[in-house]
Amino acid sequence: MAIIETKNIHGGYGGMNILNGVNMSIEQGEVGVIIGANGAGKSTSLKAIFGLLNVTEGAIELNGENITNQAPHLLVEMGMAFVPQEKNVFVSMTVEENLEMGAFLRKDNFKSTLDSVYHYFPDLKDKRYQPAGELSGGQRQMVAMGRALMIEPKVLLLDEPTAGLSPLYMNEIFDRVVAINKEGVGILMVEQNAKQALAIAHKGFVLAAGRNRFTDTGENLLNDPEVAKSFLGG
Amino acid sequence: MNELVFFINKVLISGAVIGSIYAMGAIGVTLIFSILRFAHFAHGDLMTTGAFVTLFLTAMFPEAGHAVGLPTAFVMMPFAMVITSFLAIGLDKAFYKPLREANVKPVVMVMASIGVTLMLQGVVRIFFGTSSRNLFVDDRKEIFRLELPWELASRKIIITEPQVLLFVFTIVAVVALHYFLTRSRLGKAMRATSDNADLARISGINTKTVVTVTWVIAGCLATAAGTLLSLDVALKPDLSFQILLPIFAAAIVGGVGHPYGAVIGGFVVGFAETLAVFNWAILLRPLEKAYEWDLPSNLALVPTEYKITVPFFILIAILVLKPTGILKGQVL
Ligand SMILES: Nc1ncnc2c1ncn2[C@@H]1O[C@H](COP(=O)(O)OP(=O)(O)OP(=O)(O)O)[C@@H](O)[C@H]1O
Ligand SMILES: [Mg+2]
Repeated sequence: MAIIETKNIHGGYGGMNILNGVNMSIEQGEVGVIIGANGAGKSTSLKAIFGLLNVTEGAIELNGENITNQAPHLLVEMGMAFVPQEKNVFVSMTVEENLEMGAFLRKDNFKSTLDSVYHYFPDLKDKRYQPAGELSGGQRQMVAMGRALMIEPKVLLLDEPTAGLSPLYMNEIFDRVVAINKEGVGILMVEQNAKQALAIAHKGFVLAAGRNRFTDTGENLLNDPEVAKSFLGG
Repeated sequence: MNELVFFINKVLISGAVIGSIYAMGAIGVTLIFSILRFAHFAHGDLMTTGAFVTLFLTAMFPEAGHAVGLPTAFVMMPFAMVITSFLAIGLDKAFYKPLREANVKPVVMVMASIGVTLMLQGVVRIFFGTSSRNLFVDDRKEIFRLELPWELASRKIIITEPQVLLFVFTIVAVVALHYFLTRSRLGKAMRATSDNADLARISGINTKTVVTVTWVIAGCLATAAGTLLSLDVALKPDLSFQILLPIFAAAIVGGVGHPYGAVIGGFVVGFAETLAVFNWAILLRPLEKAYEWDLPSNLALVPTEYKITVPFFILIAILVLKPTGILKGQVL
């Protein structure tokens, strides 16, 4: 059974529908990658899954349970975490407070998770008492990812986690994603570095105008000449 | 020496009194703004309403204070704070929440809060009439006269019991708020929501709880400020209109959305008011003979009746010179 699945979802921001039937599904422990042109509805799809958008048609299921239009804090309780594309840190709070907020719903001691996040992103440890608003774009991206990991999610939604990162950090993030996935976490991520992302993807979803254009395994999409021509830059 | 005592009484103590009141009001305004993103114009009336709830409880149990040796109204204040908090949450549920959920523009919320102001004024008058009330029902105000150890100072420093209680309460409230916002889970959730409401929800924070807590803090501080001010002077149903402008000036001067800024702003506006209406002629009088000046009998910057213009000018000055306020606003 799919760990996360969207069934023909429609929805928008109050005006015209942005999503016109998005179908995505990943199994436990898989990586799903969403690619598509700017404005295709990739971020909107993730927001819809995370209850930040009114889904007017279709259904979203987590482990077979209907979570359509569920309040975000309930989704976090069910083991989901989300790193949005923009405004993904609390700029006025310190790095450590940002991470603490990620663990907001945890009642147990999350010290070991905090240590492992600092272990993944050593840069953050040096800056732990600095407001996140004073960090560089790449460092903020690490804070954002770290915050999402604090809940020890079973499903992780990432919206362009490597945006604005230097190649070194970009590879670092991809390695992190693979490592997290190896621990059994299902990952659904939007990526502009389509080739690199599809290479680690079990499933790939190419969106255009708010609906699936291609849906296949990562490998098949990489080798599809049509996908390569329009979406992978030749 | 007597001139100095006069200055202490008229400026230091009076300024600190009114500054504390403004600070507590401004904290509420600033918290509501940073969480709910609108200027809550009914805040002055939340204060009067809270004070009237205290009056009601004091009239019900007029002897409650005797046992502990404090004014009964002060003993009843915590209960009034709880009741007023529930009232504030009720007002939110009835009037602001439906608008919030309809995603209206902030200006619509502001208009709604003006409506709530008018409604509360009416309700208070229906239940308590229009006359001025005394919060000392079965006890009387204690006044302390402190003598200075110098011979030349024959005048005494005068401070009343409600003023002492006000200072103590303000200090405790500000320190408690500081620890709440920086140390507690819920306080941090409030800061997170103020910083980025969507990300707060994504992190698992139930922003509805945060909204409730905001009303509780604002309602408690408003009740305390209203009660302690009324204990010091008198409780009038139209208190709110006089206090609204200085409170907003204080919040803006301090930097909107910044609770510490609200405290600073409250005292800035409070002291500016008392300094502006202070009769400087009295301080200068000893020099009059020595330099053969001819001092007018009144040398205040602003006549007392025009005191309300002071926060107005401060507001204009800060908006022109430093629109973000003393501490940079917008976030907790
Ligand atoms: N908050 C919003 N309110 C209204 N419309 C929005 C909002 N956010 C996005 N849109 C619209 O939704 C459409 C899809 O946007 P979305 O952010 O999902 O694109 P995307 O695929 O993530 O693009 P990108 O690669 O640029 O991030 C766009 O046409 C955009 O104008
Ligand atoms: Mg996007």
